[in-house]
Amino acid sequence: MSAAEENPLLDEFTRKEYEFGFTTDIDADKLAPGLNEGVIRLISAKKNEPEWMLQWRLDAFRVWQGMEEPDWAHVNYEKPDYQAISYYSAPKSKVALGSLDEVDPELRATMDKLGISMEEQKRLSGVAVDFVMDSVSVATSFKDKLAELGIIFCSMSEAIQEHPELVRQHLGTVVPVKDNFFSALNSAVFTDGSFCYIPKGSRCPMELSTYFRINEAGTGQFERTLLIAEEGSYVSYLEGCTAPQRDENQLHAAVVELIAKDDAEIKYSTVQNWYPGDANGKGGVFNFVTKRGICETRAKISWTQVETGSAVTWKYPSCILKGDGSIGEFYSVAVTNNAQQADTGTKMIHLGANTHSTIISKGISAGNSQNSYRGLVQIGPRARNARNFSQCDSLLMTDTSGAHTFPYIETKNPTAHVEHEATTSRIGEDQIFYCLQRGLTEEQAIGLIVNGYAKEVLNKLPMEFAVEARKLLTISLEGSVG
Amino acid sequence: MLKIDNLHARIGDTEILKGLSLELGAGEVHAIMGPNGSGKSTLASILAGRDDYEVTEGSITFDGVDLLELDATERAVAGIFLAFQYPVEIPGVSNINFLRTALNSIREQREEAPLSGKDFLAKVKACAQLVELDGKLRDRSVNEGFSGGEKKRNEVFQMAMLEPKLAVLDETDSGLDIDALRIVAHGVNSMRGADRSFLVITHYQRLLDHIVPDFVHVLAGGRIVHSGGKELALELEEKGYDWIVDAQPTEQA
Repeated sequence: MSAAEENPLLDEFTRKEYEFGFTTDIDADKLAPGLNEGVIRLISAKKNEPEWMLQWRLDAFRVWQGMEEPDWAHVNYEKPDYQAISYYSAPKSKVALGSLDEVDPELRATMDKLGISMEEQKRLSGVAVDFVMDSVSVATSFKDKLAELGIIFCSMSEAIQEHPELVRQHLGTVVPVKDNFFSALNSAVFTDGSFCYIPKGSRCPMELSTYFRINEAGTGQFERTLLIAEEGSYVSYLEGCTAPQRDENQLHAAVVELIAKDDAEIKYSTVQNWYPGDANGKGGVFNFVTKRGICETRAKISWTQVETGSAVTWKYPSCILKGDGSIGEFYSVAVTNNAQQADTGTKMIHLGANTHSTIISKGISAGNSQNSYRGLVQIGPRARNARNFSQCDSLLMTDTSGAHTFPYIETKNPTAHVEHEATTSRIGEDQIFYCLQRGLTEEQAIGLIVNGYAKEVLNKLPMEFAVEARKLLTISLEGSVG
Repeated sequence: MLKIDNLHARIGDTEILKGLSLELGAGEVHAIMGPNGSGKSTLASILAGRDDYEVTEGSITFDGVDLLELDATERAVAGIFLAFQYPVEIPGVSNINFLRTALNSIREQREEAPLSGKDFLAKVKACAQLVELDGKLRDRSVNEGFSGGEKKRNEVFQMAMLEPKLAVLDETDSGLDIDALRIVAHGVNSMRGADRSFLVITHYQRLLDHIVPDFVHVLAGGRIVHSGGKELALELEEKGYDWIVDAQPTEQA
């Protein structure tokens, strides 16, 4: 008897359609597929970029041409044909928008469907939203209020025009162009993303939030985010993604750079729900992301991520703890279902003395998926009294899914304290039965148990985001015990 | 209210219940006693709807409904509660959140409005007092780090919150010291009423000193082999089970 026959619920839910699988019918200004110097010049010209930016892109392209796509991760996928991807797509309405009322009604409807209507966001939660649809930001709110505090929160394209000195000084300083295959590609062809600058001593009064969507079939998304927190400043940044259903693989290769100067603190939270593909993984998003932050003296960077989407995920939000007394944190929940594959984790590079890092990783594997944690804790020779605590837990929902842990620890200073704990468990039938006996439905039971398991991480998310993340976890795993 | 007729059940290739019949009226308290391995906990699991067991013959009706047609959740909604012998831990889920989800899920399925936060908390307070459950235990993760006695008190607390029509207590006395036993028994006794029946499964007579049953049944070899009033429990305590079990005709293979 097949697993599906044994559990009709399992069958029903594992074949459940992706809830956000709709597309928006907006005229797009799109470049023919292919990548060469001409395409890069065109992207740069369309965006009216300064010469230094074009040169930076071209240099990156030359570096990328000499690189090989990496294959060390515990994932299997058909490598994309980089010449079959269109590298630029922008919504056609080019008129600058003065208010939300001027936004294309179709776009507004899309936002409503996603449950992120901007006026609601504004009124209820005080979140400033920089909504990225395809590659160009179409609306930004709260900018004026932030401007009063000297905080800059805008699209990367706008930052290149309005604040070229800040961009030029910091871009590529945390994730160098040649860091890896995908960072080089991103550096050559990125079309947009977010830019954020918090001046010295400022505390950003609201959560800054960006929603990303892939909207154009066959369009690669190459977001570029740069976040600079000057001395003694604080910012909490939220990133959330959903993508519509597609038949072909969509490549997402973003680069995020965080710079926390002396005594600054950055909280970066992500809820990621890219389209995972059908039950066989067909059509899902490839998510190859490079995220890294650098901490100066006593600075702190916290990465929190809830990953439920994508067919293939390759993502290691990292911290370079350069300054003495700096702190890096990584809290992650990664869910894989059906044929999804995730290889995710973090790197904590301790360079300064008395640097501390914490890693809490919770993997959840369902269906036939493969879920790997890969983490590096590196203690440099000058990092006296560095400390790390890592906890990597895996929860298996089925006996056909896999959980893997690849911890790497490199210590070059004898005073370092590094602790690593790892557990793997099966979701208990006893736990589920206990819940059912108390009147919960199977979906409620799984939602409750999984959310309890992931609680330590979910508690790190800002309130509104945590609510959304809990729902997402439950939806992603409905009926997936087998 | 509950009628079990000629119930046969197996797990894998092992037949555990072999023609068990039992009838409970509304408001009655029945005790099931019996030697280890006689099928007591199997009966509790089958009543609650655990699908590890296969019922091969016989029927169970509850308030006129074929219980075997209902899944575990539906049985809970119908008013069946099982106090587990070994309550499981659910890390990261607060006891209070768990109960609220359970209570409102049952209410929703009965097409009743969810309980308001205020009413829910008032009920929690009253029910927790009944079994002297510490405030901290209410807020901690479900059964996580609870002592044996605390887990059992938590089961009775949940029972009081969910107000079942039929409560099945599976060896609720196991692992309890005498004080905890009194507390648990007090909780159960104060819930006795014309609309609520209890099936008390126990290995020892001492629980029945505190929860006095209307009827006592001896389960052996997968069948009820002897039934009587509360005095039967005392007799069993004194003489053991052998005199009843040995008096049964030898089973044909």
